[in-house]
Amino acid sequence: MSRITELFARLKSEGRTGMIAYLTAGDPTPDATPGLVAALERGGADLIELGVPFSDPIADGPVIQLAGDRAIKAGTTLKRVLAIAAEIRKSSEVPLLLFTYLNPALRYGFEKLAVDAKAAGIDGCLLTDVSVEEASEYVSVMRAAGLDTVFLAAPTSTEARLALVAKYSSGFVYLVSRTGITGEQTSISDLAMPLVQRMRAHTDLPLAMGFGISTPAHVAVFNGKVEGVVVGSAVVRQIARDPAGLEAFMSSLTQPLKAVAIS
Amino acid sequence: MIATQPDAGGHFGPYGGRYVPEVLMSPLEELQRTYDEAKLDPDFQRELDDLLRNYAGRPTPLFYARRLSERLGGAKIYLKREDLLHTGAHKINNGRGQALLARRMGKRRIIAETGAGQHGVATATVCALFGYDCTVYMGEEDMRRQSPNVFRMRLLGAKVVPVTSGSRTLKDAISEAMRDWVTNVSDTHYLLGSALGAHPYPAMVRDFHRVIGLEAREQILAREGRLPDAVIACVGGGSNAIGLFHPFIADEAVHMVGVEAGGRNMELGQHAVRFAGGSPGVLQGTRSYLLQDDDGQIALTHSVSAGLDYASVGPEHALLHDLGRAEYTSCNDADAIAAAVTLSREEGIIPALESSHAVAEAIRRAPAHPGKIFIVNLSGRGDKDINIYRENLPEMDAA
Repeated sequence: MSRITELFARLKSEGRTGMIAYLTAGDPTPDATPGLVAALERGGADLIELGVPFSDPIADGPVIQLAGDRAIKAGTTLKRVLAIAAEIRKSSEVPLLLFTYLNPALRYGFEKLAVDAKAAGIDGCLLTDVSVEEASEYVSVMRAAGLDTVFLAAPTSTEARLALVAKYSSGFVYLVSRTGITGEQTSISDLAMPLVQRMRAHTDLPLAMGFGISTPAHVAVFNGKVEGVVVGSAVVRQIARDPAGLEAFMSSLTQPLKAVAIS
Repeated sequence: MIATQPDAGGHFGPYGGRYVPEVLMSPLEELQRTYDEAKLDPDFQRELDDLLRNYAGRPTPLFYARRLSERLGGAKIYLKREDLLHTGAHKINNGRGQALLARRMGKRRIIAETGAGQHGVATATVCALFGYDCTVYMGEEDMRRQSPNVFRMRLLGAKVVPVTSGSRTLKDAISEAMRDWVTNVSDTHYLLGSALGAHPYPAMVRDFHRVIGLEAREQILAREGRLPDAVIACVGGGSNAIGLFHPFIADEAVHMVGVEAGGRNMELGQHAVRFAGGSPGVLQGTRSYLLQDDDGQIALTHSVSAGLDYASVGPEHALLHDLGRAEYTSCNDADAIAAAVTLSREEGIIPALESSHAVAEAIRRAPAHPGKIFIVNLSGRGDKDINIYRENLPEMDAA
């Protein structure tokens, strides 16, 4: 069983919704990332998405774009992110999901990436711009190496597409709460909850909700409704503003996730 | 025999496809459905033809550049005068077509990216004509160097949004337009301006520009009684080139030459020569040749011509390249400017900087090919580039 699957089994037995934290690896420097991940873990993060910076991140808003620019300038490459993962793995069993775009993975080579990522302690992979139609080779290579493949489901996805997302995903399915790019929002889109219900009809996999979730109040909305909540841009912004306060910030976000049976 | 249509997933051999965030998959499917239906609808074709003829000014002439050809003493050079179209470039062919599709989808807000500004102007123009709300994303650097077009767009009622990320050129404008589209999919159509991006854009944009090659084929047969020996066009994203090439693909004796921007030199970051200087990868929705570094980060590019200053190239060109059906060469900044001066002085035609790259290739090639016939796509006129020509030709201002 993968670390990701184990995590969601444990969350289920504890009757609680998990906290998934995204950060751009290498922002502000590659050396800083393991310490920031440790702070997120102490603050209550159950799973870490390690963002690999890409020069042209079409799905990301300005906060993550700028973090990516900083990370690239600081010398962060996919290879370096795998080294960061190995460093984190020396002292932590937190599940790690590699989160990036296709081109860096293509350039690295799927086969080599699968082997090297597994060896570095990575548990799964999400490539934002790989649609299920283009996914078969990628999925078979990653799965053969024992890595989970997570795909996005969106409010605009048709039933036929949700079925394909279910088919190609393992570990969990990442639900996009609204149409839009990554970034903080003042309120939660009313497109989010209907998507949870629609996705449940296609899969028994755990569901995690992300995009635009940035405050304890937002987190509370999804508590008990989905198996995981993803906070990304708000974490990245906190790291840019006050990295020393990251643990406390993460704690404030996980506060609403008290044990509540998932309805 | 080369397949002239992509497969159901939009693949041209190993290239093309649909690589976008999940949010955009359904709108792309909707666009494809709408386009497939429209293609078979005689009313759509009739309306498109009427607009192209009576609004845009089609057919465009095929002009024999006699003085230039005779001076070079080799091939006969014909110019396909897309520069004479309304708004001054071929871009209007595609703008028209997609505006009609937007209406079929009930979308009244249009967004677009632009490099040189020609596609932005074409988009702003059709939006004025159809009464659509129009937003154009343009790199800050391109806004500076193509300022006349920025004002034209604003005069036409469009909102021009400066893009300050990355290299502040075409690539970054496309990313920003995609972000807008992801956010506003329900009421917005993304009027992509080249034969690029996710399926169905590469084939659809090509189809809207095929009229260039279809007319040129008929015109040269009427004029010379035979097909040309070579067709030559500049290649940024590659829409004017694929529009000219496509109707000639089955005519194996017709040599097809795409001209990329050689920029300052062949060092990575100083040019936009994707074939000789790049390698396959995925950018902005499609798999094609890319200028990238060893880690898969997209490289910066340079060309004096904003319309050719892009790190990737349309996927159908990638296939034609690999099959050897088309040849891709490059022309540097200085040669493009020199060709613009030559064409201005020999034929009284000031070409766009983009098109000057194709003219330069014809000038280079013609002397060695006496008795041959070349068709060069003069894809745009040079008015928008006057400031850049002035900067590069200071001696003319001083005279």
